[in-house]
Amino acid sequence: MTVPPSARRYLVAPGALPGFGLSLGYTLAYLGLIVLLPLGALVARASALGPAGIVAVALDPRVAAALRISFGLSLCAAAVNVLFGMLTAWVLTRYQFPGRRLLDAAVDLPFALPTAVAGLALSALYAPNGWIGARLETLGIKVAFTPLGIGVALLFIGLPFVVRTLQPVLVELDREIEEASATLGATRLQTLRRVVFPPLVPALLTGFGLAFARGVGEYGSVIFIAGNIPYFSEIAPLLVVQKLEENDYAGATAIASVMLAISLLVLIALSLLQSASHRRLGHV
Amino acid sequence: MSDLVETTQSSAPPRDHGATQEAPLARTLLIGLVVTFLFAFLVLPLALVFSQALNRGAGAYWSALADPDTLSAMRLTLLVAAIALPLNLVFGLVASWAIARFDFVGKSLLVALIDLPFSVSPVVSGIVFVLLFGAKGLLGPFLAAHGIAIIFAVPGIVLATLFVTFPFVAREVIPLMEQQGRADEEAALTLGATPLKLFVTVTLPNIRWGLLYGVLLCNARAMGEFGAVSVVSGHIIGGTNTLPLQIQILYEGNEGAAAFAVASLLAMLALVTLAAQTVLAWRQIGALARGASH
Repeated sequence: MTVPPSARRYLVAPGALPGFGLSLGYTLAYLGLIVLLPLGALVARASALGPAGIVAVALDPRVAAALRISFGLSLCAAAVNVLFGMLTAWVLTRYQFPGRRLLDAAVDLPFALPTAVAGLALSALYAPNGWIGARLETLGIKVAFTPLGIGVALLFIGLPFVVRTLQPVLVELDREIEEASATLGATRLQTLRRVVFPPLVPALLTGFGLAFARGVGEYGSVIFIAGNIPYFSEIAPLLVVQKLEENDYAGATAIASVMLAISLLVLIALSLLQSASHRRLGHV
Repeated sequence: MSDLVETTQSSAPPRDHGATQEAPLARTLLIGLVVTFLFAFLVLPLALVFSQALNRGAGAYWSALADPDTLSAMRLTLLVAAIALPLNLVFGLVASWAIARFDFVGKSLLVALIDLPFSVSPVVSGIVFVLLFGAKGLLGPFLAAHGIAIIFAVPGIVLATLFVTFPFVAREVIPLMEQQGRADEEAALTLGATPLKLFVTVTLPNIRWGLLYGVLLCNARAMGEFGAVSVVSGHIIGGTNTLPLQIQILYEGNEGAAAFAVASLLAMLALVTLAAQTVLAWRQIGALARGASH
């Protein structure tokens, strides 16, 4: 990554290997065609609407309700995922028990399972006559076709983000510091809270941010279980699809650009966080 | 990843972690809690898919899959993956060569842009193509005048799939090639290898597992994508319907058993992907244990 001092004068450091111009040219052209040009169309449409136009759409009561539901539930689900993800990552890295490797592989299931399959399965599982839903129903808890159902779907798709960002950090954690802490008379809980937890915070925040960003945009797994009742369990991405189906390009563009802007902000915040924590811990 | 602990521990002399471990009771409780949670949360939905799919017997299962609309959705899903996969594979290799083998200004920006589709909502990934090629899109009038259909047609589905699977191969191969360095390739060049021979005999064998891993993930997403494809597809049954969209149509048409039968196909794809992924991860850990750095 670092450019040697002698090459600072060049935009490209001289190298012996062939194919730089061709490979970079192809990369830029393909990136432009498949990713940047289409995203540019959204940005062009959004700027034609102007900030006032976007805000006007976003403040429409039904849109505002959907945005609140999407952002609020994504925040809640990401927070719960941080808790469960931390426990899961800890148990999977620190303890030995039969079936550990299998469970470890299963954590990636939400990444690998198509969202429509996840949505279908979760809605059947938590429906009033489902395996889990029927038991919760006797306790008076309704999950499917309520905001709680959206939360369950977002928990499902967000879990691997937290576990997989945390695991490498846990693996590299130096156990001798824990031994030192124990030798100096700390109880196990004190060690966990004061010694083990602090270095995990950047990874936890990254996992939180990734799960949140994914949750806000999630569509497939949610619409099956949500019931999609306006003002109650209707998410913002669904409203984008509906506006598009009604040929309301302006409305769809406005909601889509709000969602895109938020996920880009989260992305930038995460990369700033990462470089800050790298500097503090003396990496790179 | 967690298997790393196991390998390092088994090669090191046994150590007493008594002071740095939780009490046995707390440990058992934590393991029980996490196992129950993962079982209810991950394993149960998967088990439900297969149980519901086979609920009415194998005959009903096969006839649900042999439905002409489902077969046509299957064909379209395979076709789209067969187009999207090679294109993004070539892109991933070429981009990795440019990024991992040369130093140039703006490299980290380029890497960030390649990852961009991962942070875009599937619905947004679909709408951008409608805004570009749809009837009221920027190029809509031009396409209509020339009789070219992209939105609500197969090309739109391919484009949306290309967009959402764009980073998979590149992001697996770039770190791998960066980690391996250029020394091997420079040596081959000195020994007189042509660029093509250099790539096929030196670069490709070094990255083959990472490449395979990226292709697997790319394929799983290409066949399973729902949101982006749903926006551009128009849901024309027998025409622009892919397998994930067929699940929704069957589900909304109260054909639950058939929806689960189709879902079981995609769930099997996910299981195969996961299994291959796990095997590849173990292989990589084996390579790490042989002394390569991560």
